[in-house]
Amino acid sequence: MNTENTAPAAPLEEPAAPRRTRFEEFWRLLRKNSLALAGLVVFGLFLATAVAGVFLTSGSKPVLDPSVVRLQEKLRPPLSRSDAASLKPDEIPAMGVYLFGTDDLGRDVFARMLQGAWVSLTVGFVAVGISVAIGIFMGAIAGYYGQQYVRLEQVMLAAWLLGGAALLAAGVRTLGAVVLVAGHAWLFFSISPWGVSRRKSPPPWMRIFLKGTIRVDTIIMRFVDIMLCFPSFFLILTVVALLPASIYTIMIVIGLTSWEGTARFVRAEFLSLREQDFVAAARALGVGNFRIIFRHMTPNAIAPVLVSATIGIASAILTEAGLSFLGFGVPPPHATWGNILSDGKRFIFDAPWLTFIPGAAILLVVLAFNLFGEGLRDILNPKLRQRN
Amino acid sequence: MENETLNAQDILKVEGLRKRFPIRRGFLQRAAGWVNAVENVSFSIERGKTLGLVGESGCGKTTVARMILKLLPSDAGRIVFNGVDLCGISDAEMKPLRKQIQIIFQDPYGSLNPRMSVGEAIGEGLRMAGVRGRNATAARTEELLARVGLSARAIDRYPHEFSGGQRQRIGIARALSVEPSLIICDEPVSALDVSIQAQIINLLKDLQDQLGLSYLFISHDLNVVGYLCHRVAVMYRGQIMEHAPTEELFEHPLHPYTHLLLSAVPDPEAGKKPAVETLESEPPESAPELPEGCRFQVKCLDNDERCRRFGGALTQAGKDHFVRCWKA
Repeated sequence: MNTENTAPAAPLEEPAAPRRTRFEEFWRLLRKNSLALAGLVVFGLFLATAVAGVFLTSGSKPVLDPSVVRLQEKLRPPLSRSDAASLKPDEIPAMGVYLFGTDDLGRDVFARMLQGAWVSLTVGFVAVGISVAIGIFMGAIAGYYGQQYVRLEQVMLAAWLLGGAALLAAGVRTLGAVVLVAGHAWLFFSISPWGVSRRKSPPPWMRIFLKGTIRVDTIIMRFVDIMLCFPSFFLILTVVALLPASIYTIMIVIGLTSWEGTARFVRAEFLSLREQDFVAAARALGVGNFRIIFRHMTPNAIAPVLVSATIGIASAILTEAGLSFLGFGVPPPHATWGNILSDGKRFIFDAPWLTFIPGAAILLVVLAFNLFGEGLRDILNPKLRQRN
Repeated sequence: MENETLNAQDILKVEGLRKRFPIRRGFLQRAAGWVNAVENVSFSIERGKTLGLVGESGCGKTTVARMILKLLPSDAGRIVFNGVDLCGISDAEMKPLRKQIQIIFQDPYGSLNPRMSVGEAIGEGLRMAGVRGRNATAARTEELLARVGLSARAIDRYPHEFSGGQRQRIGIARALSVEPSLIICDEPVSALDVSIQAQIINLLKDLQDQLGLSYLFISHDLNVVGYLCHRVAVMYRGQIMEHAPTEELFEHPLHPYTHLLLSAVPDPEAGKKPAVETLESEPPESAPELPEGCRFQVKCLDNDERCRRFGGALTQAGKDHFVRCWKA
């Protein structure tokens, strides 16, 4: 390295560290973690199976039809050949073989498993997508704006609007509408230049509205604590019992009840990131809060979120399977791993494959996600990395 | 200081700045006491000149810097920048002024976003400065990198690929991207090797000559301050103890604390000077309560009854030389 500072036009220091992108570094560490790599491989196979399953089992003339009932061929063991003589041509399974056997209605379990894979995959990803989005949002607000107080004015306004909504819901139409309209007028007034918080020097009687009541952090994190008090599986059972049974309801409900962990992670990361110099530098440049949160802080807080999301996918798949097993999941004609398992339990001694095949599939996928998630945690945490 | 008149030459004028932090205790997090981090601090910086702010760790230097940047609200006092009092204006009014005042941090590792490439980090500043378009941004980024002595190849690289000195240069380039007139240097070289320190300091000096920048240079290293600064303010536990032009302060230090700091400077002639001795005392950060009278008396060898009755006013001891000690 040169010691003299020369004319600025002549660069005197060249980057010294070896050039390695983040992805190369990630891949290098992943290859060394064989369990995580196995998890990733199983995840890849699962993804391929689920996507192939959609193409093979849907449409007007699917290659593998999961809904063909062949009562004369019921409870056939895996790998048994179909009896071509007793079936109509379009009832014969692909290649004439029941790969995973048939169930009590003679439906092809392989086709049903393929159809169910897509359900598990989408439930896992959509539910976790919802929960991560809510978790990052809530955690970011609690971490970034947490130390600010909610003003008395805002509490009163929120109570007023909620009261109006409650009146409407209770059937007191006229009064509820009047309250809501007045509430909105109040809202617009408060964000106008004449609002209390916008005035340079509000009159003394108005200042009481500016009084801080409760911290943003307290509101959000106590709400998280309350949400965590409910056993989430029973909360989901209750909600699913009240709402129409559909795969989308289940995804949304699982997503809405599992964001608390992510929110806590993101809040903790934000609390430490907001004190970092690069955040102060961005604020000194005049970068807006929104951009600081999403461009500067979130990318640095994403590692623990990614880990909890991966493990969250496993638990969402498990929750969906549990709900389907109990009969609260996706309605019956559509196959899911949970309801195949549930249907099979009556024949566990006569046809054990009906229980073991979906059970093993759930076990394998959940285990793969958990192993990959744990490996990801080790890879993304620089403190746990081995130096070499 | 107290009788200073308004000077149009001043880019920044700080008057009676105060900040205290609560010590929160217990279940309800009530304030159990207060730490006076900054108390009645006043100084001004002339356009194109450098003011050194010197003092030990925890004396409130960085708090002053953060208040000037409005990263931290001040409790009292005025921060007049180019004739505008920054304390009285809203965030929206502050936004266009933000570009005028920039900061260079002490820690070159924490001051760059690890997930943003050098080009993105500088480009963000350029966007705030109103530079639009891919080509214009790239050209200006290269120009800024060249100005701080880095090659254009750095653009696509990430902070972890650079050394501490290189990162500090990137931080300087980012600060320059919005064309500021005042840069607060918060101990910019104290985390660097001595050889790199000299490069960065020379870079700062060159930039001042080329761009007419004003600096508030925060440091605890008097060698650096003596080389770079036109005036020096010595801070101790939240107060400015002595304030004078650099040569004056180095040749005729009046406050015992300044003596102490100067005696701590490694110097080839140090053997000839009698080292200033102090009373053994607790470091300031572990003792939030202040003594009656002069706050330096706990460390000052030459303290007596009058120190305890000392009102703590800054007095003029010479032309442009101010000191907070009754003996001066």
